[in-house]
Amino acid sequence: MAKAVSRGTIYIILIALSLCFLIPPYVMVITSLKPFDDVSLEHMWALPSSLNFQSYAEAFDKLLPNLLNTFYLVIPATLISALLGSLNGYVLSKWKFRGADWIFTMILFGMFIPYQSILIPLIQFLRSIGLYNSIPGLIFVHVVYGIPVTTLMFRNFYANIPDSLLESAQMDGAGFLKIYRHIIMPLSITGFVVVAIWQFTNIWNEFLFAVTITTTDQQPIMVALQNLAGSQVVHWNIQMAGAILAALPTLLVYILLGKYFIRGLLAGSVKG
Amino acid sequence: MAEANLQNTPARTQPNPKTRPKRKKIRSTDRLLAISFLLPSIVAVAVFVYGFIGWTGYVSLSKWHAILPDLSFAGLENYLTLFQNFRFQSDLRNTLIFTILFIAVVALLGQCLAVMIDKKIKAESLFRNIFLFPMALSFIVTGVVWRWVLNPSSGVNLLFDKLGWDLKWYTDTTIWPGIEIGKVTGGIPIALIAVVIAAVWQMTGFSLAMYLAGLRGIPEELKEAARMDGASEFQIYRKIILPMLRPITLSVIIIMAHISLKIFDLIYAMTGSGANFVTDMPGVYMFETTFRSHNYAEGGAIAIIMLLSVAIFIVPYLIHSRKGEQ
Amino acid sequence: MKKKWGIFAAILLTFSMILSACSSTSGGSSDKDKSGKLEIFSWWTAGGEADGLKALIKVFEKKQPDLKVNNAAVAGGAGTNAKAVLATRMQGGDPPSTFQVHGGAELMAWVNSDKMQPLNDLYKKNGWDDKFPKELINMVSKDSKIYAIPVDIHRGNVLFYNKKIFEDNHLEAPKTFDDFFKVADKLKAKGITPLALGDKEIWPATMLFENILLGKLGPDKYKALWTGGEPFDSPEVKESAEIFKKMLGYINDDHSSRAWQDASQLVADGKAAMNVMGDWAAGYYTSLNLKPNKDYGWIETPESDGDFMVITDTFGLPKGVKNEGDVKKFLTVLGSVEGQDAFNPLKGSIPARTDADPSKYDDYSKDAMKDFKSDALTPSLAHGSAAPESYLTKVNQAVNIFVTQKNVDQFIQSLKDASSELKK
Repeated sequence: MAKAVSRGTIYIILIALSLCFLIPPYVMVITSLKPFDDVSLEHMWALPSSLNFQSYAEAFDKLLPNLLNTFYLVIPATLISALLGSLNGYVLSKWKFRGADWIFTMILFGMFIPYQSILIPLIQFLRSIGLYNSIPGLIFVHVVYGIPVTTLMFRNFYANIPDSLLESAQMDGAGFLKIYRHIIMPLSITGFVVVAIWQFTNIWNEFLFAVTITTTDQQPIMVALQNLAGSQVVHWNIQMAGAILAALPTLLVYILLGKYFIRGLLAGSVKG
Repeated sequence: MAEANLQNTPARTQPNPKTRPKRKKIRSTDRLLAISFLLPSIVAVAVFVYGFIGWTGYVSLSKWHAILPDLSFAGLENYLTLFQNFRFQSDLRNTLIFTILFIAVVALLGQCLAVMIDKKIKAESLFRNIFLFPMALSFIVTGVVWRWVLNPSSGVNLLFDKLGWDLKWYTDTTIWPGIEIGKVTGGIPIALIAVVIAAVWQMTGFSLAMYLAGLRGIPEELKEAARMDGASEFQIYRKIILPMLRPITLSVIIIMAHISLKIFDLIYAMTGSGANFVTDMPGVYMFETTFRSHNYAEGGAIAIIMLLSVAIFIVPYLIHSRKGEQ
Repeated sequence: MKKKWGIFAAILLTFSMILSACSSTSGGSSDKDKSGKLEIFSWWTAGGEADGLKALIKVFEKKQPDLKVNNAAVAGGAGTNAKAVLATRMQGGDPPSTFQVHGGAELMAWVNSDKMQPLNDLYKKNGWDDKFPKELINMVSKDSKIYAIPVDIHRGNVLFYNKKIFEDNHLEAPKTFDDFFKVADKLKAKGITPLALGDKEIWPATMLFENILLGKLGPDKYKALWTGGEPFDSPEVKESAEIFKKMLGYINDDHSSRAWQDASQLVADGKAAMNVMGDWAAGYYTSLNLKPNKDYGWIETPESDGDFMVITDTFGLPKGVKNEGDVKKFLTVLGSVEGQDAFNPLKGSIPARTDADPSKYDDYSKDAMKDFKSDALTPSLAHGSAAPESYLTKVNQAVNIFVTQKNVDQFIQSLKDASSELKK
């Protein structure tokens, strides 16, 4: 009896909290579907009188170039940094040398720094090598500052591959690269998926580098969304449609590959 | 080069069965190869993390206050100016309050949710996903949406208005309880609560996921044994579960702290620095000082202070987790 | 198995190479085409401003068909983004052929760091010395060397009001501060927000204050403030701060969540009666299909009749550009009646020259053009013309604090403390 009551309470609390958590998506979706005249403060909570996709068309029109920029940025940056992280993780877990752990900790620190503390030199540097205000510049930045987290994830991942596997391969005369290609790589598909999802989401959502390194036609989607939503002059239905468009890719990744997303989240959080 | 190296090694040397249990001596070429693959990353981190931090530190000690660089040495002048500045003092207050509120709510809420969801309830994955999906969004999206939801002239206030509450959310300039400390008023800026709500909405999923993983790592037998001994569910929670979740709580606090201390996008998209700087944060101040007012030296100083505030948490944590590993 | 992985890795790499190559070609890397093309750098990316710039470029290209213009406009943040980009480019020794900069202190920052070339010969050649108002030329000159050509003029001391509200309540547009507060009290009694303010970014509040200063001090003393000839703790400045404080009692509650357009919108929608803003607000009203003198009215801010708070966009010749001759050709068109009359009607500003053709402009602009010829011209602080950026940053901070705390003495003290930046 008491158990049933407490279960009931649990459901009530969970449902109440869920409803709170669903306020933003609810408001986002209904606002974005309202025609322009329907968007008024008084009727913010009401369902749209009729479905209207005009705001999506307008938001899409405004954000498309930036959406493409983000794709050009995210895909190469994710792939390169995953590859790099995998190699680093491999070395740091399976080819430990003296001081390797120490170096790993030093690398890891780079994951936590506020990027403000490297921005000023970074911009000067990018400027001097001609990559300022360019997508390749941003790719470079995300690859470099993605090293710590991808290395960490792969290192933790490879720690689960038993050393005996490598040893027997070494017995067979396989060297560093051969082991990587024939043993580690095939075993790290999950690792690659987890890291790729993690990097994809992070780079997609990143703002500070994007807003300081690129301008106008090179800007990724998040900067464009922020510019679009800068004041109430751009109508709310368009802002909300824009926000949904900008959020959709990462949301889809979460919906389709949520399991790996959570694994990445746990792997990226260092072991306590 | 690497390929050639592989080819030259004697193919399929016969392993000596007697040395089997011992790991075979690593060939020096392989070791070199391994290090050379790691080297670019080491160099990159050395230059782009440590080198650049050093450069920022140098800028923060200079007189670069205008568009064109002036790197002559100014000593700690920029830091002194900052600590006397009303805006920066406000930032310190805001960061402190925000970090405490944000971590407390995220950790508590995440833990409660995890405990409830772990009770083998129906529609478990639905509930889990509702709390987790905001994690996949960007702070910019969160900021844009919550700015609209909590807009004082619209948003949820239309509901509260009917209850007779006039909530101003992030435009509220009240600081409670309002104790004068130096130039700024100490206390909780009410406007920050709106920001905390948005941040909690986004990040609770993180702590929920971590606590869930932690809970599932607690062996069922342990709880069963306690139940056999006649312990109540609450006692089990307090005596068994809570202590075992402690390392998770530590991780949650560390991760949330470093997010909170460098927060920028959410504030920038949602409120800006606010009237009387009630929602300003060092991240925003650094951005505006450096890239809007072109005061690079002061911007650098803010950045270094941010870095130090994060390092206080992170460095001991990193050392601690490295020791734990050994 | 092993082949699969090789192929996978190869695809990964080529794919990312192609993508990054794609993006680098699609991105307009300005560095490559700087030698031949004329790069016009501005923050005019949208609406009337962008149209005006395009019209101006068209006039130029008709005259110089063999010269190609690269319109390098940077969007976002009302010019702040563009200024940040400009700064990085100048630091890197890669100036655009010519760039938009507000006349006065903002231009002088570049002149003082020795990045600009004087243009006296261009003025002489085109006979411009008496075509622009003397006070305006002074704003772009240092030590009798002229460094830029003003292309447009905006007025900063305008009070816009909702005609219907004023007529319905039988009110007159206020000419003095006393009038203002009488009107404001009546409106408040009726439940209408008297004054709309949108200080999410702080400059609209700073503008409000500078216009009170102008009204109370008059143009000469106002200008002397920025050159150190007038103290910040004088009774007039204090009185201005008191008036500012009083005005803040009549504004909308949610001012700190609104941008300037959102405040203008309040007046347009009849939710507030008045708004102090630069006359780009008139352009904004036009875009909302509101009619001047019918839907909205305007008047100089209280006690500033006969004064004209100038915000002017100018273009100069940076040192180190390769195609100096071509840039001068562009600047010649920019300073011509034809160029200014192509640009300004579309942007919604008035020409910097006093001999332009009024028939091309709307009612509001005609009125402003008339005043521009006769009024005393003063530089705007909020828009970087009156004082260096470092001073403005401090004033903006002081204003942000004042809007909430309303502590006059502390405010005056902050202004005084900040004035050390004026001497730099």
